[in-house]
Amino acid sequence: MTITTGKKREKIDRLAELAARDDEQGVSLWKEAFRRLRRNPAAIIGVVILAVFVLVAVVGPFLVPYSPTDSIGIREGLVKSGQGIIPGASGDHWLGFDHQGRDEFSRLIVGARQTLLVGVVSTLIGLAVGALIGGVAGAAAGLGGRWGRWIDTTLMRFIDMLLAMPSLLLAVSIAALLGASLTTVMIAVGVVSVPIFARLLRGSMIAQSNSDYVLAATSLGVKRSKIALTHVVPNSIAPVIVQATLTLATAIIEAAALSFLGLGNPDSAIPEWGVMLADAQPYLGIRPGLAVYPALGIIITALGFTLLGEAMREALDPKLRK
Amino acid sequence: MSDNEILVEVRDLKVHFPIRRGLLFDRTVGHVKAVDGVDLSIPRGKTYGLVGESGCGKSTLGRALLQLTPPTGGEVTFDGVELTTLPAGKLRSMRRRMQMIFQDPMSSLDPRQNVESILTEGLQTHGIGADRNERRRIIGETLDAVGLPKWALSRYPHEFSGGQRQRIGIARALVLGPELIVADEPVSALDVSIQAQVVNLLDELQESLGLTYLVIAHDLAVVRHISDMVGVMYLGALVEEAPSERLYTEPLHPYTRALMSAVPVPDPDVEDRRERILLAGDLPSPASPPSGCRFHTRCPWAQPTRCADERPELRPIGESRVACHWAEQIAAGELRPHEVTATITRPEDEGEEPGVVSAPSEPGSYV
Repeated sequence: MTITTGKKREKIDRLAELAARDDEQGVSLWKEAFRRLRRNPAAIIGVVILAVFVLVAVVGPFLVPYSPTDSIGIREGLVKSGQGIIPGASGDHWLGFDHQGRDEFSRLIVGARQTLLVGVVSTLIGLAVGALIGGVAGAAAGLGGRWGRWIDTTLMRFIDMLLAMPSLLLAVSIAALLGASLTTVMIAVGVVSVPIFARLLRGSMIAQSNSDYVLAATSLGVKRSKIALTHVVPNSIAPVIVQATLTLATAIIEAAALSFLGLGNPDSAIPEWGVMLADAQPYLGIRPGLAVYPALGIIITALGFTLLGEAMREALDPKLRK
Repeated sequence: MSDNEILVEVRDLKVHFPIRRGLLFDRTVGHVKAVDGVDLSIPRGKTYGLVGESGCGKSTLGRALLQLTPPTGGEVTFDGVELTTLPAGKLRSMRRRMQMIFQDPMSSLDPRQNVESILTEGLQTHGIGADRNERRRIIGETLDAVGLPKWALSRYPHEFSGGQRQRIGIARALVLGPELIVADEPVSALDVSIQAQVVNLLDELQESLGLTYLVIAHDLAVVRHISDMVGVMYLGALVEEAPSERLYTEPLHPYTRALMSAVPVPDPDVEDRRERILLAGDLPSPASPPSGCRFHTRCPWAQPTRCADERPELRPIGESRVACHWAEQIAAGELRPHEVTATITRPEDEGEEPGVVSAPSEPGSYV
């Protein structure tokens, strides 16, 4: 009996000590989410992949052993694509040559920059336009009244129209309409992701507008515009950020698809993974590696963004919080 | 300031929510009459309890009183000022004097704000406290009053227990120094042991600060403990209003009788012998309420005359006010209760009979 009470007292003392030590700053939601992100192995893998990818995209082009546009292979007589001679990996050329005798490894590295650029810029376009439309619609719906409802309904029917079209078909139509160029690809891929961001932010904002803490702020006498900016928008933004990370993955794939279909940068001298994939098509039988390398690049990068995005979603989900 | 000074006066308050349907643009096809003609007055420094089953409009009434849900009609007078016609700016500064406590302390606190930021928001909005130190002092005093430690200030809502969160909610309301507090189910989301603490806290605060409460609850025991006056709501209207003790010992309206008979008695002998009135059927749809007395479809004392075609006014009987044509006869025992068969009252366009029996939506509901 005395032993148990003694043990119990010890336990309570230890708990009290822990509680006393814990007497510092509170843990905000973002801090807590970050803490949980760090403990998730999927997030770590995603971050490592993306760190390598970004590093390669930024500094890679300065370090490549050969020019990505120089047809060394043809000059040196090693590559005769007409006769089906495209040498593979060797000591000097780690991944061999492409059909025009250019160093495949250098092209792959330099291509990473294009891919990152297209992915980031098109996602930013989609995010900016989508968040603007969704934010206005969400604020209008939250404000209510005849005009609020009208603005919300009008914007959302427009978004529904965009959403009803298959994304690749929409991107192809836009790209065809504007003419093939890098900007076109970015705009086309960006527009495709607009409805997702718009719907997400609007839905999230409406859900937050109906929450009790918004009612509480109203009853404190805080102005509606201030409530929207300080409570509704910051609390609605988390799913949008998660979606942006996931969209980076699809944007890279879609940009590659557009390039593959010949709607990308018409200057084929500038390496881009989608174009490289398209170029490799006729030589699939002779040198499948030419298709495999850029495809692997696309897949691994998209995987990195997806892993990070999914991990962020889990970390930010309030239902999963302990 | 006399004892019986009326702080809040509600006259014929109505809140009708439009039911909208439409493919492209919505049109109104009907109204849900959540609150349909309520009169009540709350004396300064007293507690008015509002009870009723889920969906009877008691929460909506509380929100409409604070102008958080715009009323469709009627008047709300707060300390002589008519709130329903007050311009938005004046109403905002008026809000300092009337605050609200919410049912779910988690969802009523912004998860991104720490306690200090939650408590400062109201002070900044109303320009209370000259500088940061002054505001810190006010917040410190409020924390003491609700029994929260100082270190709570830098913490976030998710780091607290349910009872502590509710204390944060109470502190947010108190920090502005309000006169009226509308408490919407202030304890129903808490454990029973914590409920008592929070109810006692509300009691103490009322005593020390002279607060006026409107407490909305479905828990009859809580309301009895805390209230001076109790109003019973059914389908958007008051059916009975009486001083707390009187309502519990001598319910006059048939609906109140049914409610009271549902409260268990702690004595097993009495519990076994006492009469229980079971109400048949569900709460009728507030979109198409029954004609006449709204309770007549479920009332065990319903009479063939008057009940179905004449809406009873709230009329004084002794200290109570009752909306029943036959209250005196029922009290005297001249009328006996009879069987009521459940009739389903639904709008015609709602299709076939419901396949499942609806369960009470609020867990632990006694009603």
